[in-house]
This record gives sequence, structure tokens and C-alpha cells, in this order.
Amino acid sequence: MNDFLELLSFAFFRKALLASLFASISCGIIGTYIVSRRIVFISGGITHASFGGIGLAFLLGFNPLLGAAIFSVFSAVGIQFFAEKGGVREDSSIAIWWSLGMALGVIFVFLTPGYTPNLMSYLFGSILTVSNGEILAMFLLNVLLALVFGYWFRNILYIAFDEEFARASGLPVKSFNYLVAILIALTVVLNIRVVGIILILSLLTIPQATANLFTKDFRTMMFLSSMFALLGTLSGLVISYFLNIPSGATIIFVLVIVFGLIRVYKSLK
Amino acid sequence: MKPLIHINHLTYAYTSEPVLEEVDLKIFDGDFIGVIGPNGGGKTTLLKAILGLIQPQKGKIYFREDLPRHKRPIGYLPQVKHLDRKFPITVLDVVRSGSLMRPFPFRNSAAEKKAALDLLEEMGVLNLQKNAIGELSGGQMQRVFLCRALISDPKVLILDEPDTFVDNRFEGELYEKLRILNERMAIVLVSHDVGTISAYIKTIACVNRFLHYHPSNRISAEDLAVYNCPLQIVTHGEVPHTILKTHGQHE
Repeated sequence: MNDFLELLSFAFFRKALLASLFASISCGIIGTYIVSRRIVFISGGITHASFGGIGLAFLLGFNPLLGAAIFSVFSAVGIQFFAEKGGVREDSSIAIWWSLGMALGVIFVFLTPGYTPNLMSYLFGSILTVSNGEILAMFLLNVLLALVFGYWFRNILYIAFDEEFARASGLPVKSFNYLVAILIALTVVLNIRVVGIILILSLLTIPQATANLFTKDFRTMMFLSSMFALLGTLSGLVISYFLNIPSGATIIFVLVIVFGLIRVYKSLK
Repeated sequence: MKPLIHINHLTYAYTSEPVLEEVDLKIFDGDFIGVIGPNGGGKTTLLKAILGLIQPQKGKIYFREDLPRHKRPIGYLPQVKHLDRKFPITVLDVVRSGSLMRPFPFRNSAAEKKAALDLLEEMGVLNLQKNAIGELSGGQMQRVFLCRALISDPKVLILDEPDTFVDNRFEGELYEKLRILNERMAIVLVSHDVGTISAYIKTIACVNRFLHYHPSNRISAEDLAVYNCPLQIVTHGEVPHTILKTHGQHE
């Protein structure tokens, strides 16, 4: 217990707690949308494409998250555009952007002179090293999500459930789809520091799968998955600290264990 | 009398070969049109054009002035087979999604909810309001989607094969319900089962690339041949109407 209190006295740990909270809320909301709409694969594409931006930022020496943001928003829009206008099958379009982003990232990092020490923290997350600026950005993202989902909740829900019906009702479906795609991209990018590019899909899907065991209502699912995400990130964080193992991977391990235990408990009942 | 919806020389093609060609149809108040035709004959495409989901290459669809395009009061019951049954949405929310949606909502939430609950009660599925949509049977689901189509109090109700995945008992109930609804709205019903619907519909539109309007609810095999509208006519043993009866003359 004393160890834990001592841990709380460290600024880096308090920042990590805040990052966990903001990551849980944003991933809870966006993840519920992604899972409900069955666009997990698209989200994987957007996430991995952002690696190209990180590579470019290393090469040219600007903020990697800015590079990731540009690449992921670009690929989010690009995937939709390719599928709509280019006559490319959607899953193929996703794979093209996914691998293009990764490939560019590898080339850019290779061209960057010297050693790139932070690369691993973007790939696998490094919640203990988040900066004040990153925390602020995550907070602003949470505010933005609250505003958009608060005001347009029903429009977003109805479009997600039955896009054709929404279009027949005269709703600007395409604009809403682009808006949410951009929010997905921003959520992915700003949470990269928590669990990393490779592992972020887990925060967008595992808490939702757990929440789905309790509810089949979209709104409740957003709330519950945020709670499960928070449970997983906080306990993963503490465990990783005391066992001295990587935080991102530990968080995901905890999320899966929680899901598994509840799933088994539910089926025994 | 001005038609509610006037389809004028409509042509639509997904590829170079048109699915619909020079289609004309007028839908008036009180109409109950059965749309029949072979699979791939353009029935659903016609509905999509009316709903504004696709833009025809040629021709135009006119709506009467009291049916402004930006909030067109058309109730729509789509084929449910495309929907994701595992989507986390409650029955009540599905019904409420039928209220006219605006890009910048300013809604009277309480009134909208009451309207949805009243409809659910009318359809006898009020007890399911908190269930997830995927927990419902085919018949229950159709009732809920009918509520969604009706909540905007439409002037025209469009149904796309509502008889698929539905048990016989509900099918009968559904058509009785439509007969009552027809007193206050025009109905366009797409069906593959001409036999069953012919007792309820007033007129028939045969769609097979071209549209032939048949101003009666009885249609003979010869008519269908003339209209080039090959159909498998389902005959029901005890149903009292005869759909294959040959008319003496054409109206």
C-alpha cells in the first residue's frame, strides 16, 4: 500500500492515470461505434497507416503525433473515397492504405539519420512518458467527442444502424460518415501513446466485447466499455509498474483476462 | 386530382443495360398498388428512385407540393435481410429513428417517444420496447419496422417484400393492418407473392424493365405474358380469390 501511495506522488504516474482516464472514455465511445458498425478492420487500416506519418515526422523532425494525425485522417478519408469513387472493394482499399502507411513509415525511419529511440514507444505504447501537451490534446478530444456524440447521438446511431433508411429520410449521411471517420482517426492517433499502434485496436474492441455481455443498447455500451477500459488500463498500469513489464501489453492482457473471466462466469450461470 | 408522386419517363441503369426504361407511374391518394415482377426486374430499383436513394439517368419524379423533397413524408419498410441483427439498438430506438431526421436536430423528445410507444402498443409489441432488435422473431421485427415507417405519419407507405421471413399468421394480420392504413395513406407494396396480396391491393404494376400498369387487382397469366412479366404464381389452396382467372376484356 505504501508502495502505491509513493507511486501516486510521482508526477509521471499521475499523468499516466489521467491519460488512462481520457483514453478509456474516448476508446469507449469510438470503439462502441466501430464494433457496432463492424468497421474494426477499417480502424486497423487507419491506425497502421498513421505509422507513415510518424516516420515522416522522425525524418523531418516535427511532432510524430502530428504526422500520425495527418496520415490517419488522410487514410480514413482515402479508404472511403477509394471504395465510393474508385470502384475498389472496401476491404482491398483498407489493405492498400494499411500497408502503404506501414511501408512509408519503414522507409522514412530508415532514411532518418542516426538512431530513433522513441520508435518503440509509438509501436507498443509508453503511457508512463506522456507529455503535458499530449494529455491536453486527449482532454480536448474527449470534449469534442462529448459534444458531437451528445448533440448528434441519434443521427449517428440511426445512420450506423440503417444507412439506407437514414438516406431515404433525407439525412446527409455522407457528411456524418466523414465526420465520424475523422473522429476515429483522431481517437486512434491520440491514444497511440497509451498502448501503441500495434495494440490500439484492443482498446477499441475488447472492452466493447465485455460490455456487450451485459447490454445490447448502444448508449449503455458506450458507458460500460469506458468503465471496462478504465479498469483494464488502471490495473494494467499498476501491475506493469510493479512487475516491471511493458505497460501497453500488460493493459491488453488484463483487458482480455477480464473479458474471459466474465464470459466464462456468464456461461456458467 | 393531382398525383402524390408522378414518375415520368424514368430510366435507370447500373451498367449500360437499363434496369428500368421509360417508366411512368402516378401514385394518388388512396392508392394501393401491388408491384410485382421477376427478381432483377427492377422493383427495388424503382423504390430506391422514389425514395431518392438513386438518381435516374433520364426522367423525373415529381412530388406534390405538400410532399416537399427535403422532408418527404414517405414511410419506408425496407427488406430486413440486409440489416445487422446483432447491432446494439433497442426496439424503441429503432421506431424513433423513423421520425424525420434533420442534420441539426431540435427535437421534441417526449412527444416523439410517446408517438413511438403508442405505435408499438397499436402493433401489439409494446412489451418488447426495451429488447434489442436482434432478440425479435421475424414477425415481431416486421411490426417494429412498420412502426418506424409510420411514426412520421406519411402520406405514402412503401413496403419492400414485407412477407419474407414472416409466419402466415402475421402475414394475414399485416395485410389487414395495411387495409386500415390505406384509408389514410397511399400504399405501394412490392411482393413476390401475387396470390396473397391480390385480395388487398387495388391495382397492379408489373415491373420488368418496363412498367405496365394494370388498373385492377386481378391479373391473368395472359396479361402477364402480354406485359412480358414472367412470374411464378403461387397458388394457395383455400384462398378464395382467383388470380389466374382470365378476364373477358381489358379495362
